[in-house]
Amino acid sequence: MHRFANPAQFNRLADAILPWAKMAFVLLLGAGLYYAFFDSPPDYQQGESVRVMYIHVPAAWMAMFTYMVMAIASFTALVWRHPLALLAGRAAAPIGAVFTALALITGMLWGKPMWGTYWVWDGRLTSVLVLLFLYLGYMALWQAIDEEEKAGRAASILALVGVVNIPIIKFSVDWWSTLHQPASVMRLDGPTIDGSMLMPLLLMAGAYQAYFVVVFLWRMKLEINRRKLAVARQAAMHASVGAE
Amino acid sequence: MAEFLNMGGYASFVWTAYGLSAAALIWLAMSSRKQLTETDDAVDAARARRRGEG
Amino acid sequence: MSAQISGARVFLALVRRDVRLAWSQGGGALLALGFFFVAVSMFPFGVGPAPQVLARIAPGVIWVVALLAAVISLDRLYQADYEDGSLDDLVLSPIGPMGVSAAKVLAHWLSTTLPLALLAPALGVLMNLPDQAYGALIFSLLVGTPALSLIGSVGAALTVAVRRGGVLMLLLILPLYVPTLIFGVGAVDAAMSLTDPAPHMALLAATTLIALVVGLFASSAALKLALE
Repeated sequence: MHRFANPAQFNRLADAILPWAKMAFVLLLGAGLYYAFFDSPPDYQQGESVRVMYIHVPAAWMAMFTYMVMAIASFTALVWRHPLALLAGRAAAPIGAVFTALALITGMLWGKPMWGTYWVWDGRLTSVLVLLFLYLGYMALWQAIDEEEKAGRAASILALVGVVNIPIIKFSVDWWSTLHQPASVMRLDGPTIDGSMLMPLLLMAGAYQAYFVVVFLWRMKLEINRRKLAVARQAAMHASVGAE
Repeated sequence: MAEFLNMGGYASFVWTAYGLSAAALIWLAMSSRKQLTETDDAVDAARARRRGEG
Repeated sequence: MSAQISGARVFLALVRRDVRLAWSQGGGALLALGFFFVAVSMFPFGVGPAPQVLARIAPGVIWVVALLAAVISLDRLYQADYEDGSLDDLVLSPIGPMGVSAAKVLAHWLSTTLPLALLAPALGVLMNLPDQAYGALIFSLLVGTPALSLIGSVGAALTVAVRRGGVLMLLLILPLYVPTLIFGVGAVDAAMSLTDPAPHMALLAATTLIALVVGLFASSAALKLALE
């Protein structure tokens, strides 16, 4: 693992992966959109509005996935002081926030025709909203504290505390919905998703995953650059002081 | 074609959802790429300056 | 042996001092209680005095306002000592950063959030809470308020060195409060509708226990970080 502590080696690795990830994204997106619109049926009850599922579910999955990436990076940064781990969290956070916001918005646009309302306080929506706040809080901490490394470690502590929150809230879904008897509870992973719908869903999920790899690697590289510039600025300051 | 765009009456929901998703993801990717190239240039410039001084 | 004794002494002295400070002029306890009372009282004016409406929203209103009252009192939890340098000394004392967090959280609960739980029944009367819900109201707040202090301490510790960090602290803490809020209100709602509040109480207790472990560890790590 410490081989990748070297930024130059990381950059080389990233450059090797990027073309493949980009290609995978294009292929999966193309296939996914084709199946989503031209080779899958409208739903028996929801009609054509079911097609929103093909971008809603992948966004939600990626929102969760990105948080786990951020949490693992935070853990690594705090426990092993791995130099790139801190930056990995910072690189991932905005991507996760965008996925989370998209999950909420597409969920609302799917929910309105389905439930007749834009918002329902079902456990899943609530937990995704909390997830968005966690991302925003994480990014806010990075900005709020002056010393960059301290800011990153404070944000990492928050990310890890937030991880505890997520299974608690998701677990509460079962209790909350059974004990409060809401008007309607949609169970996405209900009995079976028809194969013809599973295909576009998985293809789009793959496309979103490939997208994540591309943008995450770009952001890691830019965070590494930022670090280099900060170090260079420090060195320049010391040099100018020493020259006096 | 008109039927396709109409999405069984759900056009505003489906196309808004896909449109917003595309817009957000394109914006994120482009903004990240732009920041990457800007910092790449800045790092190269700093390196050149140091080499010039050394 | 003597280090253990002085550790306990430091701990108790810190708790006593913080409780006294919270209740003094510049402290947060009276402010929190005052806010709790005034803010809940606004609701009948805002939503109209119709008894059924007030009763329906009473558990949620009381719990949410209690939560906000707790947050109001939190931003000085570590800051006063951080600013005058005494936090450094406390962390180096025999109780260490985790002991400091534990002592301050205990003091906060005793001086501020526990009184909120005790004041709640009076506010239940204002909100026309049905008789069968009072037990659950008091009990849920008794079990849940330690979680509010514990989780709040994490936000306070993470933002202790941030100038004007109050709003940021709010943003960090409120999402983490959501499970406590859900289970707490759930218990009171259950009692109100004459179903069993026990499952909610159990989950609330579990949340508080998790908050105890995670809250103390995270607060301690955040304090160490801030003082580096």
